[in-house]
Order: sequence, then structure tokens, then C-alpha cells
Amino acid sequence: MKALDKDLPGPQATERTFTTISGFPIKELYTEEDLAGFDPQRDLGEPGEFPYTRGVYRNMYRGRLWTMRQFAGFGAAEDTNLRFKYLLERGQTGLSVAFDYPTLFGYDSDHPLSYGEVGRCGVAIDSLADMEALFHGIRLDQVTTSMTTNAPAAIIWAMYLVTAEKQGANWKDLSGTIQNDILKEYIAQKTYIFPPRPSMRIIMDILHFATANVPRWNTISISGYHIREAGSTAIQELAFTLRDGIEYVEHGVRAGLDVDAFAPRLSFFFDIHNDFFEEIAKLRAARRIWARVMQERFGARNPRSLLCRIHSQTAGVSLTAQQPYNNVVRVAIQALAAVLGGTQSLHTNSLDETLALPTEQSVTLALRTQQIIAYESGVPNTADPLGGSYFVETLTNEMENSCREYFKRIDEMGGMIEAIERGYPQREIQDASYQFARALDRKEKIIVGVNEFVMEEEPPMDILVIDDSVFHSQCAKLKKLRAGRDNARVEACLAQLQRAADGTDNLMSPILECVRSYATLGEMCDALRSVFGEYREPLFD
Amino acid sequence: MPEQKIRVLVAKPGLDGHDRGAKIIARALRDAGMEVIYTGLRQTPEQIVNAALQEDADAVGLSILSGAHMHLFPRIMQLIHENHMEDVLVFAGGIIPDKDIPELKEIGIAEIFPPGSSLEEIVKFVQDRVKKDRVLRSS
Repeated sequence: MKALDKDLPGPQATERTFTTISGFPIKELYTEEDLAGFDPQRDLGEPGEFPYTRGVYRNMYRGRLWTMRQFAGFGAAEDTNLRFKYLLERGQTGLSVAFDYPTLFGYDSDHPLSYGEVGRCGVAIDSLADMEALFHGIRLDQVTTSMTTNAPAAIIWAMYLVTAEKQGANWKDLSGTIQNDILKEYIAQKTYIFPPRPSMRIIMDILHFATANVPRWNTISISGYHIREAGSTAIQELAFTLRDGIEYVEHGVRAGLDVDAFAPRLSFFFDIHNDFFEEIAKLRAARRIWARVMQERFGARNPRSLLCRIHSQTAGVSLTAQQPYNNVVRVAIQALAAVLGGTQSLHTNSLDETLALPTEQSVTLALRTQQIIAYESGVPNTADPLGGSYFVETLTNEMENSCREYFKRIDEMGGMIEAIERGYPQREIQDASYQFARALDRKEKIIVGVNEFVMEEEPPMDILVIDDSVFHSQCAKLKKLRAGRDNARVEACLAQLQRAADGTDNLMSPILECVRSYATLGEMCDALRSVFGEYREPLFD
Repeated sequence: MPEQKIRVLVAKPGLDGHDRGAKIIARALRDAGMEVIYTGLRQTPEQIVNAALQEDADAVGLSILSGAHMHLFPRIMQLIHENHMEDVLVFAGGIIPDKDIPELKEIGIAEIFPPGSSLEEIVKFVQDRVKKDRVLRSS
């Protein structure tokens, strides 16, 4: 017994400060007193009712489980098509496309900057022909597809729409998501092409077009994931993401759209990190803040405009290259937090993702993790099981308060675009990530297998290798495409796109025409670059 | 005469925008008293080597997470040799599988720091190696 006592938290332990992984102070015990002024009627409500703290739907997962949506993409379109079919056969319920870097930046595979990058971090898409191959044998009116594309979102989406059209599907029956959240690109992920203001115009054109023609499409997935992965705290992730959302709604309203016509198609995407309760509180707070903001700031009346519908992904940044099997446990805990937080869809990371793209075995294990939570844990049986916990409600309140302080600061700067131009969110994230790295060095925060419980020799893992054959085959495909298409038509379509960009016409129609003519992604982006210019990030120290 | 400050170029080749690591390293080296120049994102091998030359860097830290390191690092090292800059210490970090490390060391990259490396370890490595190289050169 004596030996055991040594390890139990005693008087010394209480001298340590206890904080969440984001550095948020945590008390020894939470009681009724912490919730003084808390009004369950006002601050919680019922699930499916304002302010939606307890969930966006009345019976939550009893009605429908969250969508299990694994992000996938590598190599050529044909390779990823096989991975999609593999995942669908194993019970995945929605598709999610990862594009390679050249595609995200609007370069064709044979562009000099694409060297070494083709098909490596996602699938290579150069033209409509690749998009048709990507979804070969998959009916686009029968699945929902999420596409992680931002700067060239209008073009990639147009390729998807034309592919569906060629399959005989009606655009009104299509459902899915384009990420299309350019603000967080300047803040965190950095896959921008054009400067902020023309980028916002493209997004408004997408909102107009979708509202009229593809009404079930989720037009912007306002994303905190990349903000968190870039090193922010949970509160910064929450605040910057929701403030980005406010910025889009403000621009939409200013562009003449009825808030209740487009706000229901906005959705959110959050990172689920290691700190269990902090993450649950973050999702609960996100729903409450968004519902309140949509009423307070925009006078939204359609209840669907108030819903913060959430896609979550477990935190890639939390995975470790050391002792990679530990990642399975991290992902399971994070996935459970996402479900307890009331997510609408979820991607669970694979254990080998700090090393490479996941293998089939590891992606299956990640999917199984979700299925075990869904079918074995009993957690989905009731809505918001942690509602009413002194601790969780206090954390949720504190998240909302801290978030509103950030809103105030950003409003004072003139809005999110102005804040980005001043480097404000970028600097906040840089500071937070540096503080965290220092805390790890000093062992104030522990990561198992990295700065504690370290093992010297570790057996190597089998990882997925992408070879150069994709690069060569994409270049050959492009050569054949350019030789075989009606190049006069392509030129005319590109010229029309350039004219539209120079004026104020909606860009979606000329983009769709370019896509139908088999103009390449790089050609379309070049036409837009020639008008809008390219964004260069100022360096903020 | 006070000891000349160590000058380090922190560079991001490749198309990925994951700059958390590069910025943390830049700041840690700066806090340790070095002069650090950060190139910003998406630099070609030519741009990186030119910057190292212009800035008279003692060391170049490369950070890449896109998986293109086996294409871009050899090109950078080739340019380093062509410009007779073998006295510049080159080290790297990011998502670099173990199996690639021997080949990268072979072409002259002094050390690869995988995810989870401590800041202290990286700072000490740069300090020790640059000082050692300076002693060797002056003797």
C-alpha cells in the first residue's frame, strides 16, 4: 500500500495548475455555484430547439446516426475510385474527396510547380475526364459527397455537376458539400490562390448559383479544423471559425441574398482534439453561439438558418509518429467526444497518418472505431447525455464568453478580412502553437510516447507508397486531352470566363461551359489569375 | 570581438501550407539568439538556395509535409553543390518516413528531425554543428 500511495495525488499534486490542453484553467470540483445565473430554459432548451445547445435534432442519433465519412484520395482518379468503392462496401455512408496539392492550387499535373506532388496528398484532377473517372460506377444522386476544395471550389464543383449531368442526374437531387471556406485558408491552411476580395466574390457567385439551381448542396463548410491543426487553442478555433461564418453571412446579405435562403446550407467543420470535455463543450457552445448570432445579428427567422450542423474530424495533429498504435486509442477517445458533442458526421483518422496516407487496413480500423461507438457503446441512445453536468455546462458557458470576446476584438478591427490583412488571427495561432511546443519541452504537457514513456527502438510500419507513375500517367492524359478536344471551343470558353471575371456576371455559368469543353483546371485558374492576381502572404513576426 | 550570430534560413519547399512546425522552429532558434530568416511558403529549390546565398546563411532548415521531399531535397542539395555551399549546414523536418532517411543523409542532409522532436534538441544541434564548422574553417 505504501508504494501505491506515492503515486496517488496528494498535497503536492494540488500545487500544480490543472488546465485543458488549450491552457484553460480547470477547478478541482464544479458545483451548482458555478452555474449561478444559468437558465436551462434559455441556455439549453430541448434538443432540436433554440438555442440548440443539446443538439440540432430532437431525437439525435435515435433518428439517424451520424454520417461516417472518411476523407480519401490519392494517386489517379481511378485509384481513388477503387478506394471509394472499398469504403462504401464496408458500410461507409458518404464520400469525402481529398485532392492533391496541384489541384488545390489550380495547377495542372504537368505544371513545373506540380513536380513531386502529383497524386501524393490526394487525387489528381486536371479536367472533367478525371472527375468522370473518379465517380465511375457511383451514382451521384445516390451518395452525398464532400469535397475539400477551397480556392478552385467553383471549378471543382462545376466538374462534379457536369459529371452528374452526364450520368443523367438532376442537380436538384444532388447533395454534398464543398468546403469553399477561403478565409481559413489565409488564416491557417494557406491553400489560397487569389486575394481575399475576389475570392469572396467567387464564393458569393457560388451561393447565388446554388440557391437557385442546386438547393440541397452545402455551399460552405466553415472550418475550424485547419485553424486547430495550425496550432490554435480550442477557443481560438471556435471563435475564428464562427467569426468567419459571420463574415460570409454578412457578405451574402450585402450581395442581396435573403439570409434565410442561403444560411440553411452553411455547415461547420471542427477538429476534435485530445481534451475530452473541452471538445464536447466546444461543439455545444458552437451550436448555441451560432443560433444566437444568426438571430441577434442577422434577424434570421427560418429555424434551419440557426442550425450549426457539424462535421468533425479527429485531430491529425494529435497523432504521433512514435508508437503509432497508440493513435488508435487517441482516435477512439476523440471520436467519442465528437459523438457526445453531437456531431452530424465524422472522419476518424487512421493510425498511420503521421507517416503517410493510410493503408486499407488502417482506414478500416478507423471506420470500425466509429461503428463500435455507434453500435456497441450505447452512447447514441439518448441526446446530449452530458447536458446538465456542472463541469460541462460551465465549460460551455466559458467557451461562449471567450468566443464573444474574440468577436468583439475582430469587429473592432472592421471584420475578419481586415483582421486577416493585419495578421491578427495568424499571430494568435502562432503564439499558441509556440507556447504549446514549449510546454511539451518543459513536460508541462505530456504526450505519451513523445516526451514521456518513450521507447528507443520501434518496429517499422508498412505504409502506403505513391510512386511516380501517377505523375507520368497524368501528364500523358493531359497531352492526349489537349490534342483530342475542340480547342477553338476551349479558347472561346476561357475568353468568356475571363470577361466574366473582369465584369460582375456570375462566374458559375462560364465555368460550367469551360468544364463541358474539357478545359483544364489549370487553364481555368490561369484565366482567373490574369484578372484577379495571386495572393502572397505577408510575413508576420 | 563578440561571436558572430548564427544565421539560419528556415525554408518551406513543396506546395503544402503546413507551416506550424517551420514557424515554431524559426521562433525557437531566434529565442536561442540566432538570426532567422523565414522564406514563407511554397519556395522552389532555386528560390531557397538563392535565399541561402543572399542571406549568407550558416544553416538551412527545410520543412515539408507534402510527401515531395524525395523530389525536392535532392534538387536543393544539387544546387547547394553547384554553388559550392557545402559549408552550409542543411537539416530537415516534417513528414519524412524512416525508410527515406538514409538516402537523404547520403545526399548531404545532416539531420532529419521527425514530428515530436524537442525544440531544445534542434537548437542544440544547430548551435553545436555551426560552431564546430566555424572552428574547422578558421583552423
